This record gives sequence, structure tokens and C-alpha cells, in this order.
Amino acid sequence: MGNTETKIEFDSDWTYDPAPQATDFIKLQERYGLYINGKFKPSDNGRCFDTINPATEEKLAEVSEASEKDVDRAVRAAKEAYENVWSKVSPKERGKYVYRIARLIQECAREFAVIETMDGGKPIRESRDIDIPLAAAHFFYYAGWADKLDYAFPGRKTKPLGVAGQIIPWNFPLLMAAWKIAPAIAAGNTVVLKPAETTPLTALKLAEVIQEADLPPGVVNIITGAGETGAHLVNHPEVNKIAFTGSTEVGKIIQKSLAGTGKNYTLELGGKAANIIFEDAAIDQAVEGIINGIFFNQGHVCCAGSRLFVQESIADELLRKLQDRMATLIVGDPLDKNSDIGAINSKAQLEKIKHYEKIGVKEGGSIYQPECTLPEKGFWYPPTLFTDVSQSHRVVQEEIFGPVLAIQTFRTVDEAIQKANNTPYGLSGGVWTEKGSKFFKVTKAIRAGVIWANTFNKFDPTSPFGGYKESGMGREGGISGLSAYVELV
Amino acid sequence: MTVALKSGIRTVASILDSARSVDQVGAEERVSRLFKRSVKKESKLTALKMALSMIDLTTLEGKDSPGKVKQLCYKAAHLHDQFPGLPAVAAICVYPTMVAVAKNELEGTGIKTAAVATGFPSGMTSQDVKLDEVRKVVNDGADEVDMVISRGHFLKGDYQYVYDEIAAVKEACGNAELKVILETGELQTLDKVRRASDLAMEAGADFIKTSTGKVKPAATPPVVLVMLEAIRDFYYRTGRRVGMKPAGGIGTAKQAIQYLVMLRETLGQDWLTPDLYRIGASSLANDILMQIMKQTTGVYQSINYFSID
Repeated sequence: MGNTETKIEFDSDWTYDPAPQATDFIKLQERYGLYINGKFKPSDNGRCFDTINPATEEKLAEVSEASEKDVDRAVRAAKEAYENVWSKVSPKERGKYVYRIARLIQECAREFAVIETMDGGKPIRESRDIDIPLAAAHFFYYAGWADKLDYAFPGRKTKPLGVAGQIIPWNFPLLMAAWKIAPAIAAGNTVVLKPAETTPLTALKLAEVIQEADLPPGVVNIITGAGETGAHLVNHPEVNKIAFTGSTEVGKIIQKSLAGTGKNYTLELGGKAANIIFEDAAIDQAVEGIINGIFFNQGHVCCAGSRLFVQESIADELLRKLQDRMATLIVGDPLDKNSDIGAINSKAQLEKIKHYEKIGVKEGGSIYQPECTLPEKGFWYPPTLFTDVSQSHRVVQEEIFGPVLAIQTFRTVDEAIQKANNTPYGLSGGVWTEKGSKFFKVTKAIRAGVIWANTFNKFDPTSPFGGYKESGMGREGGISGLSAYVELV
Repeated sequence: MTVALKSGIRTVASILDSARSVDQVGAEERVSRLFKRSVKKESKLTALKMALSMIDLTTLEGKDSPGKVKQLCYKAAHLHDQFPGLPAVAAICVYPTMVAVAKNELEGTGIKTAAVATGFPSGMTSQDVKLDEVRKVVNDGADEVDMVISRGHFLKGDYQYVYDEIAAVKEACGNAELKVILETGELQTLDKVRRASDLAMEAGADFIKTSTGKVKPAATPPVVLVMLEAIRDFYYRTGRRVGMKPAGGIGTAKQAIQYLVMLRETLGQDWLTPDLYRIGASSLANDILMQIMKQTTGVYQSINYFSID
């Protein structure tokens, strides 16, 4: 930029005092059972595991580990509920139940938000303003479809699939539960849902809400456990559909084990999205979009804009603005209302991110991290940029799932498109320009399920979400998400 | 990166060429995120006192008289004497005919006298008259001159005229500081706000200011954000720090704090001073005073305890 001695000093005398969200109204059980057939019960072998707060490493609760026998119990409960109750309830009545769940989530919104933040490490600003309202919105949206399925697929009749086995990740625990459960039960299926082992608490709180909503026992079953529990669920013969959100690695294993079984499935897997900034973009807003793209939820987002492509003519200016913006990000206590970036979800994930940092540096990338003091306890990682990297670097190729952005430049529109597509993934993307025709050219050429124009990481229940290539198959959200839970007859 | 000339004159064409476009939706989103910052306890008290010290206490009415201006000047220096340790406001802002009165009243207080000029608020008068008016208020003792840009010329695309006029007014100001009012409520789009900001700074503005207060909307959060970003980019390009003055529509302490958050996170420490940031307001001071008392004593006091002027 013009001159180097000019520097904006963001370290100001006037700072914000801590603004912690109150937690005294949160009531967690010491030990949670498995929610099967409308009741919480301990696991068959009594085995439990701890769930901790990643920001403090303190134990929050014990959670039951579902064995093969428990999975079988849950699936049988779901099957029985499907055959004897849920398939006989009128669509209108089904809708009422789903609406009731939506309203109850709204009623306990703050409680959900605080638990989500304590269990997963995401800033309260996000769980309060994004995760929980969106989760409720998904239930509201699909509740509306329950008695209108004939109109969703004109000229066709629909039939539910039966029992859906659903496995969700730790990055958006309640929201993913909503994405899975809402369309499934609205369309007349029953479900067995397994939340991730590091973040089971909001799903269990949802089980309490569902109990309070008087949903017939067995329609929604929530069982906790790790990968093994998930595998039992995937392989259970009475499951008619598997919906999985998680890593591409596990997705591939699931797809193999489902081959030839006749089970339906949708897979929502990894990503390495290109966020493309053209020289004619509104640059300050693009900077904000880059920030939202990669630092939202500590970068634990499958559709994160983790590969940044900047047109060479504005690269220096944009990088400086990006670094200035990063200087104002507040990393720390997720329960503080002013925190922008919270804790890394788990120790294992933190180690994975640090591992990639080493790889990036070793391969010759230049690393940039703003000055910030990280808390001593808990799992923390500062927002990070890599420059001087190319499509051949591993930090550009592989999904890091952390607040790490790999920045490359390009010269022409065609080059941007080519590089954006040069990845095994195809989940999302972003395009920034003030020229409308460029949106149409570029977004059509990029193979990705979602492409945002002049924004990033925006979600809505009416909008389908899902991947091309190794980012998965099938769509969730909107009518497409509904069709994943019905058979057209 | 295109490196613009650090010194030397940029043509109006090159200023416009390098002007950044602004996405309204994105700007509003950024504002809403900034405004979610929670400012409590000690940091709130600091912000409130800072905001007080940045106020341009304003009276701009046809019925202004020397008596009214004298009263306001006394208030400016004695905001709430019952509570020691409060700062005074930064300046008193008046119409040209009141400059001498204000200057006289404010002597020895350290409070500046600012005068609106150049056919305020519409600016619909000839350039000779505008320049005469500026020279007159400076002669009467104005430390600061708040001019209005010719919006008609700006909107019809005659940017050279607007630029030249600002430069001429700047020259007429002599040692007085020049605040350039863009009247953003008449410019309407953020792209135009950005463009007018760039023109004004290049032409020599010491401050850029949103509004006269006579047109609605006056200062709005996205407009202020865009102007702060223009100031930042100008600083990076030239090394010169231009000040910012949102005016009109800021009546509550909460708003004042929100704008300070925006200032802090866009321009940082160096701009958190009355030398580079002012708030043009007529009724803000008392709301801030009430909040300071609440923050200190724990209870809200009746508005009747705070003097009007």
C-alpha cells in the first residue's frame, strides 16, 4: 500500500469489559441416559463417557454409551412407532407435533444457546443468533409441509421411508439435529439420531423438549455414543434410510457398507470451498465475507470458505484490510457476548489444526496470526492466514476444519474458475463482484452445491444444501430435503 | 496493487476511478455485528465520558439569539457541576451571526467555536457569497467551519465543481479547521457517500460530516461506517488523518456508544479523540449525563435534575 509507516493501532486504551452470559439458570443432569421409546434409560452395559467444556476442560455431564443392543432397542422402538402409530397419525396432526417442537425450542432458546456454547465452544453470539433460531426455523418450515406433501411433489403421491438412522457432527449440534429430524418426522418417518460424542448435550435437551411435546414414544429416539455406535446404527437391518453429516473419510466407509443393502442414504461430507474476490468487488464487504467465511464457528464448518482467491490487482489492498479486520477479532471465553471466536471443539481437533499449521510452514507457506492472548486452559487456536501457497500445497488441498485460511491470487476469470474446481470437494463457494453478469458466468461454472453471491455462510430452511463430488450426495433443506425422506409413488 | 501518488495533486478523474463501491447489504450486516458489542461497567463509563468530550453542542435555528447562544455556551462548560470530573464538550456549533457571541462567551474554556457556513443548510448560493461568509466567520473568531457541499452539482455529475469549491473554501478558512458536510440524506446511496467522502478529503477537508441535521435521514449507521472506511483508506494512501463527524439523529447515549464501537474497530486508538471525532447533537449531552449518573450511583435520576442549557 501507499506507505508502510501508516498503521492503524487497534490496541486501544478503551477496551470492552467482560460481558459474560449468565449460566445459573442452566440445569444439566449429572448423567444422561439414552432416549429410547419416550424414556431416558441407562445403556445396556452401563457404560458412560464424559462430555466436557472445551473452553475450560471441565466436565459438564456423563453420557451413556449405546451398545449394539441399545441401538437395536432404539431401532425396534422406531420401527414399532412407525408401524403402529406415526404412519397412522393424520398429516395434519403430525404437523401440529412438529410445530409444537419448534415453539418449545424458541421458548428455551437461551437455555439451548448456553448449553450449545458450553458443550461445543462456539461463541454465544453465534449459538444465540444463528444456531438456535435456525434450528427452530427448520422445525417450523417442515411442520408446514407435513399436510401438504401432495403439493410439494405435484402429480405424485408420497410415502414415508420408515426408520431413518441419523448421525450428526459436532460443529452445529442442535442445528444438525433439526436438519435431520424435522423433515424426517414431518414426512412421516421415525428416527434414531446419534449426536457426536463431544457435543451430545443439546440433542439430549432436545429429547427433553420432545418428551414435553408429547410426541408419541419411539417417533424420535436419541442415542449417544462414538463411531462404534454409529456403525451399529448404519448396519442395522431394520433401518430404511441413513442420513450422515461428517467427514468424507467416514462417509466413504458408510457408503461402502450400505452398498447393496437397498437402504436410502444422504451424505453431507467435507469441503474446501473457494471464496473468489474479483477486483470489481465491494472490497470492505468482501473482507467481512471472508471473515464470516472462514472464522465463523472457529472454521468448524464443512462449507467454510477456506480457499481464498483474490484477483492480483487488489491483492495487497485486500490482504491489509483483512489483517486489520483480524486485529479486531476477539478470541476467548465463548460465553462472553463479545467473543468472536471461541474454543476449538476438542483436543483432537486442536491437534489436527496444529498439525496442518506445521505442514503449511514446512511446505513453505507464509503464516500470519494477529496478536492475541489465548486462555491457558481449554483448546484454543488463533485466526490464521497462509499466503505464498498454491494448489499444490496440502493446506490448500485438504480440509483443516479450523480457523485457517489459505490465500491465493489469480489473474483472469477463467483461472479463478479452474482453480475453484481443482479440488475433490464441491460443497460451497463464494463470488464477490459488483458486476451481475459475472455472477452468472462464474457460479454456473463452479461445481458446488451452494454458491453465495456477495455473502457467505448464509443458511435458510427453504434453501437446499449439499455437495457435489466428494462433498456428498443428496440435499437437505427446502423441498429437496423433504424428498430425501419420502418415496414417490 | 495500484499505488497512488503519495503527494501531489490527484485529478478528480483519478479519485473517482479508485473509489470503491459499497454493497449496502454487506455494510448493514457489518453494522449490526458491530452494534452487538456489549459495553458494560467501567468500559461504559469511559465511553460515556469520551462521548461527552466529543460533542459539538449545536443550536441552528432561525430563532437563535445572542441570549440563547450565551446560555448554551455556559452549559457547554458546566455540563453538570454537581458531579465533578466531567469533561466539557468539544465545541459549540452556531450560525454565522452568532460566532462573535459564542467566541466571546467561550473565552478561556478551551471549548472551540464552530460555525456553519457556505449558505448552510442548502448551499444554494453563489460561490462568492459562500467564500465571503467563510472569511467573515473566521474573522469573527470561528475555530472551525462546517461547510455544505453543492449536492446539486454532485448529483448531476459535476464532481470537478464540488472538488474546486471545497478546495476554495479550505483556502478561505486559513487556520480554521474545515468540516465538509456531505448531506448524505440527499445523496442516498452508499456508493455516492463513498465518492463524496473521497472528493472532500482529497480537496482538503479536515473532517467529513454526515449531515446538516435539516434533512432526514441524517447520520445513519451504514453511512457512518462507509465514511469511516473512506477515512481509513485515505489515511493508508496519504498518511493524513481526517476526522469524522456524524451529526443529526444521535440523541441517546446508547447510540453514541455504538458509534464509538464502530470508530474503535474501524480506525482504532488514534481516532478516539475529539481532535478527530465529533458528534453533532443538540440533546445528546443530557442523556449521556443521565447514564453517567446511573452508572455511578446505580439509580436513574429525574431528567429535571439536568439543565437544558
